[in-house]
Amino acid sequence: MPIDAQNEGRKGLLLVSPTFAYAILLLAAPLILVILFSFWTQDYLDLDTTPTLANYKEAWTDPLYRELMLRSLRISVLVTTVTVLTAFPVAYYVSFRVKERKALWLFLITAPFWTSYLLRVFLWKVILGYNGVFNSALLWAGIIDEPLQFILYNVNAVVITLAHAWAPFAILPIFVALEKIDRSLLEAAEDLGDGPVRRFFRVTLPLAIPGVMAATLIVLIPTVGDFITPRLVGGTEGLMISNMIQVQFGKANNAPLGAALAVSSMFIVGGLSLLIFLASRRVGRVAGD
Amino acid sequence: MAKGLKKLSWLQAYASVYMVFLYAPVVLLPIFAFNDSTVIAFPLSGFTTDWFASLRDNAALKSAVSNSLIVAVTTAMISTILGAFAARAGVRYRFPAKRGIMGLILLPLVLPEIIIAVALLVMLMRLGLSLSLWTVIVGHVLVCVPFSIAVLNSAFSGLDQSLEEASFDLGETAWGTFRRVTFPLILPGVISSLLITFTISLDEFIIAFFLTGTDVTLPVYIWSQLRFPAKLPGVMALGTLLLLLTISLLVIAEFFRRRTAQRRGLDASTTEGLI
Repeated sequence: MPIDAQNEGRKGLLLVSPTFAYAILLLAAPLILVILFSFWTQDYLDLDTTPTLANYKEAWTDPLYRELMLRSLRISVLVTTVTVLTAFPVAYYVSFRVKERKALWLFLITAPFWTSYLLRVFLWKVILGYNGVFNSALLWAGIIDEPLQFILYNVNAVVITLAHAWAPFAILPIFVALEKIDRSLLEAAEDLGDGPVRRFFRVTLPLAIPGVMAATLIVLIPTVGDFITPRLVGGTEGLMISNMIQVQFGKANNAPLGAALAVSSMFIVGGLSLLIFLASRRVGRVAGD
Repeated sequence: MAKGLKKLSWLQAYASVYMVFLYAPVVLLPIFAFNDSTVIAFPLSGFTTDWFASLRDNAALKSAVSNSLIVAVTTAMISTILGAFAARAGVRYRFPAKRGIMGLILLPLVLPEIIIAVALLVMLMRLGLSLSLWTVIVGHVLVCVPFSIAVLNSAFSGLDQSLEEASFDLGETAWGTFRRVTFPLILPGVISSLLITFTISLDEFIIAFFLTGTDVTLPVYIWSQLRFPAKLPGVMALGTLLLLLTISLLVIAEFFRRRTAQRRGLDASTTEGLI
């Protein structure tokens, strides 16, 4: 039953159309509307649809919003760096050292991710708190004399909690990239006289770059949008831009400003992602040469 | 740390510590659920099942659970159907603007949930629609479809096209072929997709938080309880039950996913028993 190209194209489009229509109506349209909305203004319940840049002006010049935006960016970059760096050895271990039960390891790595996100974040609060599990254990072991206070309600807590929440998303792409590496290349490097360290930096790492890049983007993008973790464990110094977006749509009742903040943060994250993407491609190419 | 055993053991030790880090919060959940104290901290004071018992006659919780079940079941069905259309089209056909179309459908994977939530909220406000469980479902379907596509992609790409062609040649209609040949073959993938999207929807908080009306879903209920210290042990008990539920669902999903993978290896003759 040979299908000519035109017929095939029509059938494919027809088949994908329900899902595509859903995405157009309920994803693309709302996103466009949010962008429009960010150029409007709201006074209590009255919406003024004359286009204006006032919301953006406020979003970009008000010291509070600027500080929150910069802080979100800083925290997200820090979280991403920590998550990817700590995840890499685990992915490496499962790919190169585990021989028999890889699937079991992958299942064990992803399983905690399926427990309630809210409760996981809350439990980190329990672990890191003044009378928390971590402090109790250290006190009991005699390592410290009084509870450590620098681990909860600040940026550290946000980093630890998010590094935990996004761990599987960082490990899996790196693992997939490592699995794809042709093992004979490593043998070749060894035969040509590279030691394990040189071999790692000259062969394994450059080939794993696509996975590392995917992990970086997968962690970075949603992290900027999280508002649960900053609210629960971040204290005041850990609050991020999403908390402000939520406030604008909720209590402050200024949806257009919230939309402007959301669009701004999306553009910043998008730009940063593009930079990372381009940079990693360059690194990959240079190191691969 | 040059070679051989020593390096291996370092990596292994690191991986083990990392697993402890991953499981630390998960292990604490049941511990505090059975702890006989209203304060969530060590030292533990005694064993009790009171917190589980207290869940039984909590009307607000019951309604949150039934709301969440309605949302999760509906989301799972809609997103698996939409996911099946897209996965089938993506695997089988080349069509114009395929990358763009698939890109838009998969976009929620890289979009922060707060953006999706805010965008839908703005649209609903403009349309003058009120928030209900349906608005939550709409948002959840957007997030779940990409996962459904990922699961069903492997089911469809493992499908031997000659089986469907044989069915056409033997005079079956398109619907008959789908019902008697295609569907039974992708069934494990469909079940796995239903379970995964159900689980995602059941746990999703951010979209539900923005789009929920007066009928709250379970995560939104939990969020409201976290503010009251006295309610926390009950929340721990609830979390433990949810943990058991999701883990069992995932084990079942994994089982079906593997069966899909296994079926790829089978030749045409062995499918007779399945049709």
